Amino acid sequence: MNELLKSMSPVGDAAGEDLSFHPPDVPLAIHDLTVAYHRKPVLWDVDLDIPEGKLVGIVGPNGAGKSTLIKACLDLVPKTSGEVGIYGKPYKNQRHLVGYVPQRESVDWDFPVSALDVVAMGTYRRLGWFRRVGKKEREAAMAALEQVGIGHLAHRQISQLSGGQQQRVFLARALAQDAKIYFMDEPFAAVDAATEEAIVKLLRSLNEQGKTCLVVHHDLATVSRYFDWLVLLNMRVVASGPTSELFTPENLEKTYGGQLSLLNDAAKALSHATR
Amino acid sequence: MWTSFDTWIVVTAALCAVACALPGCFLVLRKMSMMGDAISHAVLPGLAVAFLITGTRASSAMFLGAAIVGILTAIFTQWVSKVGNVDRGAAMGIVFTTLFAVGLLLIVRAADNVDLDPGCVLYGAIELTPLDVVKVGGFDIPRAAAVLGTVLLINFGIIAALFKEMRLSAFDPALADTLGFSSRFLHYLLMTMVAVTTVASFEAVGSIIVIAMLIVPAATALLLTRRLIPMIAIAVGVAVIAAVLGHASALTVPKWFGFDTTTSSGMMAAMTGLLFGLAWLFSPSEGLVIRWLIQRRGSDGLHEGASN
Repeated sequence: MNELLKSMSPVGDAAGEDLSFHPPDVPLAIHDLTVAYHRKPVLWDVDLDIPEGKLVGIVGPNGAGKSTLIKACLDLVPKTSGEVGIYGKPYKNQRHLVGYVPQRESVDWDFPVSALDVVAMGTYRRLGWFRRVGKKEREAAMAALEQVGIGHLAHRQISQLSGGQQQRVFLARALAQDAKIYFMDEPFAAVDAATEEAIVKLLRSLNEQGKTCLVVHHDLATVSRYFDWLVLLNMRVVASGPTSELFTPENLEKTYGGQLSLLNDAAKALSHATR
Repeated sequence: MWTSFDTWIVVTAALCAVACALPGCFLVLRKMSMMGDAISHAVLPGLAVAFLITGTRASSAMFLGAAIVGILTAIFTQWVSKVGNVDRGAAMGIVFTTLFAVGLLLIVRAADNVDLDPGCVLYGAIELTPLDVVKVGGFDIPRAAAVLGTVLLINFGIIAALFKEMRLSAFDPALADTLGFSSRFLHYLLMTMVAVTTVASFEAVGSIIVIAMLIVPAATALLLTRRLIPMIAIAVGVAVIAAVLGHASALTVPKWFGFDTTTSSGMMAAMTGLLFGLAWLFSPSEGLVIRWLIQRRGSDGLHEGASN
């Protein structure tokens, strides 16, 4: 009956639900995405297909729309036009498949909660409304904290953690979401070396489990070591593909335009990469 | 002399204080402390319009009118700050002063001959609450105490049932949205709680005590603990102590100086300020005194280090 109704109303459904170009085995497919803040476009006509099981670095200059791209995928900013498919369906139907690591500054770290409380928030979607965090959720949260190497800090109030430890709390929270595709907004921003190492280890282990990670990244020097897939972004998608093919001076020039100091960094990064 | 009258005044005030302190904790954590102030002023036109439409001071109509305008204040504030692209504090200022002014005009112009006194809205008439009683289970209970007790139970029920959701959306609204807990719904739920509590407290105890009790106990608690449940418990304790001390000192303190007793709700609000001041000075973790001691020891340590 439902099928019949659907076939009888092709127009009604076409606007929001026609995701025929979003195959169900593709973790993230973006089609014609445009996002504007106060009528100023931030992302313009973005088309992307991310294959499963990749560690994807999203790279581009400041203001290129990297965070906005993630937020648009998660319905956190309104799309001006275009569609995003997560494993072939709109995000609102696929929340259980998605883990999110926001920028660290997006929350108030003086908030009265412990590290374990924050990580347990990752299990809330499974719990749904009204149900409380139980033993199972606390254990999952503890396991996630241990996986990022700060199990011993579980009961600390979050303001008593270093910046790197706070970042790891966020990562542990995403782990507790037990997702198939992770969106991470600058997890490497201003963290200590130990945390950087812990994040890389974590990304590798997610990668080995066949999960897909999209990571907004700033440090061109480490791009080719950390990621096997790149999205070069500057309002539009400059290029998307395997890091080994994309990480060239020409592509970086195209992405970063005339920003010379950054190009110098890029040149340094390239010499690192080729060494 | 302390009479059963005084006991009822304190009980009513304590019920109001706790009913306010519960949602107040979440207001403070969301950095929306002024929202209580805004709503408590902005409900005035709601009271006036409800009076003009119904022609009575029947409290159910007034309650509904004020509660609706209270929620509208929250919606307008969001709207002005979004559409006008102005800071939320400024948007709040625009909305509540405008509504308050409209309310004053309405009351003065259209309802001048009725005793709907703007002054009464500010400091209420808590001393008179024990006169107006209702029967609950065979007992005579002041109506205000019954109403505020009900509001307190509702607030407690909502926070107990949705504790995890309210904490999540106060801490990280974006995550709440991505997990499928609408942060907008939870925001307006809190705003509704604040509006209903404010309006319910109005007639009995006045808005000055509501504004104080929404914010000051929660802010005091946040100086004393960094855990949410203890914070709520301490806020409730501070609210009750302020109510008791406030009434007791309203009766006694002015007499020491040869004056007559003063208004209890004003004294209760002042007490919250006093308790906050004490916490600010003597909190074991954040207090001024402990920080001063640590600093002094720290600089002593430096001197020793230098002399070595």
